[in-house]
Amino acid sequence: MAEAANFKAIGTRPIRPDGIDKVTGRANFGADLNLPDMLHGKVLRSPHAHARIKRIDLTKAQAMEGVYAVISSADFPQEVTSSLSKNILARDKALYHGHALAAVAARTPRIAEEALERIEVEYEVLPPVLSLDDAMRERAILVCEDLRTNDDESSPPSNVAATQRFERGDVTKGFAKADVIVQEEFRVPSAHQGYIEPHACVATSNPGGRVTIWCTTQGPFEVRSATAGVLNKTVSDIKVIPSEIGGGFGGKTVVYLEPVAVRLSELTGKPVKMVMNREEVFRATGPASATLCKIKVGAKKDGRITAATAWLAYEAGAFPGSPVGPGCMSVFAPYDIDNFLVEGYDVLVNKPKVAAYRAPGAPQSMHAMECAIDELAQELEIDPIDLRLKNAAKEGTIAPYGPKFPPIGLVECLEAAKRHPNYVNKPSEEVGRGVAVGFWFNIGMQSSAEVNIAEDGAVSIMEGSPDIGGSRASMCLMAAETLGVPYETINAHVGDTESTGFCNLTGGSRTTFATGLAVVKACEDVIAQCKARAAMTWELDVEQVDWRDGQAVPRPGVNIDVEPLSLADIAKTMSRTGGPLLGRASLNAQGAGACFSVNWTDVTIDRETGKVDVKAFTAIQDAGRAIHPSYVEGQMQGGAVQGLGWALNEEYIYDDNGVVENASFLDYRVPVASDMPMIDCEIVEVPNPSHPYGVRGVGETPIVAPLAATSNAVRDLLGFRINDLPLSPPNVLAAIDSTD
Amino acid sequence: MSKIYVSTTVNGRPEDVLCEAHQTLLDLLRDEIGLTGTKEGCGTGDCGACTVLLDDRLVCSCLVLAPEADGKEITTVEGIADSQDGLHVVQQKLLEHAALQCGVCTPGFVVAAKALLDRDPNPDEKTIRYWLAGNLCRCTGYDKIIRAVQDAAQELTPTK
Amino acid sequence: MARVVFPDHLHRFTDGTHELEVDCSSFRQLVQILEERWPGIESVITSTTVAIDGQLFQDAWFEKIEPDSEVFFLQRIEGG
Repeated sequence: MAEAANFKAIGTRPIRPDGIDKVTGRANFGADLNLPDMLHGKVLRSPHAHARIKRIDLTKAQAMEGVYAVISSADFPQEVTSSLSKNILARDKALYHGHALAAVAARTPRIAEEALERIEVEYEVLPPVLSLDDAMRERAILVCEDLRTNDDESSPPSNVAATQRFERGDVTKGFAKADVIVQEEFRVPSAHQGYIEPHACVATSNPGGRVTIWCTTQGPFEVRSATAGVLNKTVSDIKVIPSEIGGGFGGKTVVYLEPVAVRLSELTGKPVKMVMNREEVFRATGPASATLCKIKVGAKKDGRITAATAWLAYEAGAFPGSPVGPGCMSVFAPYDIDNFLVEGYDVLVNKPKVAAYRAPGAPQSMHAMECAIDELAQELEIDPIDLRLKNAAKEGTIAPYGPKFPPIGLVECLEAAKRHPNYVNKPSEEVGRGVAVGFWFNIGMQSSAEVNIAEDGAVSIMEGSPDIGGSRASMCLMAAETLGVPYETINAHVGDTESTGFCNLTGGSRTTFATGLAVVKACEDVIAQCKARAAMTWELDVEQVDWRDGQAVPRPGVNIDVEPLSLADIAKTMSRTGGPLLGRASLNAQGAGACFSVNWTDVTIDRETGKVDVKAFTAIQDAGRAIHPSYVEGQMQGGAVQGLGWALNEEYIYDDNGVVENASFLDYRVPVASDMPMIDCEIVEVPNPSHPYGVRGVGETPIVAPLAATSNAVRDLLGFRINDLPLSPPNVLAAIDSTD
Repeated sequence: MSKIYVSTTVNGRPEDVLCEAHQTLLDLLRDEIGLTGTKEGCGTGDCGACTVLLDDRLVCSCLVLAPEADGKEITTVEGIADSQDGLHVVQQKLLEHAALQCGVCTPGFVVAAKALLDRDPNPDEKTIRYWLAGNLCRCTGYDKIIRAVQDAAQELTPTK
Repeated sequence: MARVVFPDHLHRFTDGTHELEVDCSSFRQLVQILEERWPGIESVITSTTVAIDGQLFQDAWFEKIEPDSEVFFLQRIEGG
C-alpha cells in the first residue's frame, strides 16, 4: 500500500462536484419533481395505537370531485403477507398511532386531504402495549396474536419475537475473581433520525405494467426489490431513479410511500406524487429502538476486566426486527474479555416499526457498557482512558461476537486521546468531563462502477450509491489518485437502477469503502486499456508499457524514443485504437474494517433548571484512510451532535393511549446551532488492509460514544449517576432534587 | 374555490400569480412559480429549510400565506448568486468548508447567513450561532457551517 | 477440521449444537454438509453474516476454508 505522504489527491479537500447545485437551490430532492397530469397522494393514518379495523368505507371519499382513487390494503396482493406490506397499509389491526390505513389520489394535495376526512373507519380500540416491561410481562397484551418467540410453535404467543444469547468462558468464575463489580440498569428512549427532508416520491405506471419511481432513498435497488415484493411484481418491471437525498441516517433504507404511489398510479393511469409531512415522519417512519440494558462488569484492582454480562431488550415497534443482534455483538466489542454472557430480546410494542439509525443497535447497548466502565474507573480510581487501554481489543483479539480482529485502531485512538491537548487540559471545578468509546462493524456488500473517458480526456464516473454526505467527491478523489489525473477533470454521477450496475444501499458506512473499491477497479480497467492502446501506437507489447502520473510511458529499459501519452492524448485518438474507453468493475466487497472512536464531553449544569450545556466535545476516530478529510470530520461532527441530541433531549413522548405527543420539530427538539460548541476532531489512520487506499468507512461510529460520554460527564459533575436518557432539564432537575 | 391574485417580485423579477387562500408563500414559490430551491422540512416554522427574505425580513415561507406576499419583494436561494459575479461569498465558503453533506438545509442557511452578514458584517461565533438557531441541520453538527460563515465575514471585512 | 460455531439463534436449527468440527474446503461445501445434517438450515446460514478467520462476509459462498479455520455465523449486520 502506498504511504500517505505519496498521495497526490487522497487526503486533499477539494470542493464537491455537486456543490454549486446544492448551494444555489438547483439540486433536485425528493419533493422537487412534478410531472404533467400528476395527481397527489395522501395517507389516512390510525388515531389509535392499537385497534382492530372492523370496517373501512371508502365510498364517500371516492365520490368526491377531483378524487381519482381511494385504496386500502384490500387493493394490494393479499398473498403477500410480509411485515413490510402490513406496515405500508394495515390489514386487520392498526398497530401504532400513525399506522397507514388508506390512501387517496386526487387532483390537488388539498382535495386529497379533504377526501381522507370522508373515509369512514370503524375501530375496536384495544389497549396498547407501550413499554418493554409491559410487553415482556406474563400474560401481556399481545401486539401480534400468533407471534411466537424464535418461531417456536411449541411455545405460547409472546411479544418477544426473538432471543439472542452468546457467551465465552465462565462468568461465575470470572466474577469470583473480581475485586470490584458494577451492576446497573440503563434506559435509552427512542430517537428519530430527524433527516430534514421528509419521505417523498413520484410513481408512474404504464398500461404495460412498467413502473418508474423517482424517490429520495439511500438505496434505489432496495426500493425496487421492496416495492416489487409488496406488489408481487418482478424487479424488472420497476425502474427507480434516486433524487438527491436530504438526509437518511438509516431512516431512508425502508419504503413507506412507494408501493402505495405505484398502486395509485396503476389505478388512475396518471403519475402520483406523495410527500410526507413532518408529523407523518415522526409518527410513521422508523425511529431507533427504545431499550433497557442491564450490565454487570467485574474487574481486578489493576483494572483488568474478569467478567461481564449484558441483558439487552430492544423495542422493535409493531413488527419484529429491532437491531438487538448488532446491539449484542457490539456491547463488549472494544474489550478483550475472557468471560462474558450476552442475552438479547427483540420485543414488539404498539409503536412504529423501528428502522436503522446510524450504527443501529450500538448506541444503546454501548451507552450501558461505557457507563459501567466509567463506574469501574471511578471505583478503582483509574483514569478512564487508562482503564480502557488496559482492556482494549487489538489485532488478534477474538471479538466478543466471534471472529478475530484484523488490524484495528482502538489503542491508537485511546493513545491519541491521552496526548490530545483537550484531554491533557483538565476541566475546571464547574465543568464535568466524561469519556466513552464507540464502535461499528462496517459492511462491504455489492457495488458497481463505470468510468467513461470523454474524447477530451475528461472522466465521468457512473455509480449507484446515493450521495448523502459528499461521496461523489470521495469517488472523484480515488479516481484522480488511481488514474493520476487532476480531480477537476473528473465528475461522478449517481445512476438509476437501469443505468448503473447493481449497488446495495448507501449505509453501513460502506459507500467510500465498497463503491470506492469498484471505482478504483474501474479506473484500473481504464488504465489497462490505455496501456494496450499506447502499446498499439508504439508497436510494443503491452507488458512494455507502464502507467505513471496519468500517462502511458515505455517501461524502463525499453529502447524506444517516444513522448508519453496522457489520458487525454489516448482519448483523442480512441476511435483509431479500438473505440471508446470505458472501464468497469462490479464486486461484492469483503473485508470492511471495524471502526473505533474515543470521545469526551465537557459539560456544565444549571442546578436551578437542570439544563446541561455542552461546553466542549472532542472526537477521535480511526478512518483507516481519510479520502476527503473534511467529509470524514463532517461525519464525526454530525454523528457527535446527533448523539448529543439523543443524550440530552431527544425522545418520543407517548400518552397512556400510545398517542405520540411530540411529533414536531418544536416538541421533538434536535440540537440547534446555539446549543452546540465546535466539535473538535482528530482523524487516526490505521489502514484497512482490504482496501487499496486503506478505507474503513466512518459514517456510523460517530453517534455511538456521545451518549455515554455525556452521561459520564454529568456523573462527573454531579457526583452521582443518572442512568436513563435523555439528560433533559426535567429529568436532571428531578434527579438533583431527589438527592437534596 | 375563488383564486386570489398576488402580484409580487421574486429575485428582482415581477411575478403575478393566482393562488388559493390556504396556500403558503412556500407553495407559491415551489408549486406556482416553480422555484424548488426553497425546501419544506416541517411546514410548521421549526426547521428553517424554507427560509426566504420578505422585504428584507427573514421568514419561514411555510408560515406566510401566499396572499401576504402581494406587493412584497421576495429573495430566495435562487436569487443569492449573481449571474455576473457568480456565487455569493457565503455560498463559496460553505463549499470550501465542506459545510453541507446532504444539502437540503443549505438553501435556508444560505439565505439566513447572507441576511446576517448584510446586517452585521463582523459577527462573533455566538452571534452566528444564535442567528442560525432557527435553521436545523442534521448532518454537519453545525461546526463547519459556523466556520464557513466566520470565514465569509472575514472575507467581507478583511481588516477585522 | 474447521471449527464452526453457531450462535443461539441458530440452535433451533442445529438441535442445540453450539460448536462443530467439519471437514470441508469451502463455504459452499460447509453449507452442503450442514444442510444434509440439518435440513432447512441452508437458507438461514446463507442469509446471515459469516466470519471466516476473523474476516466478515455478507456472502461467503465461494470462500475457502482451511483445515484450521474458524467459522462463525453472526447476526446479519447492515447499517444506517
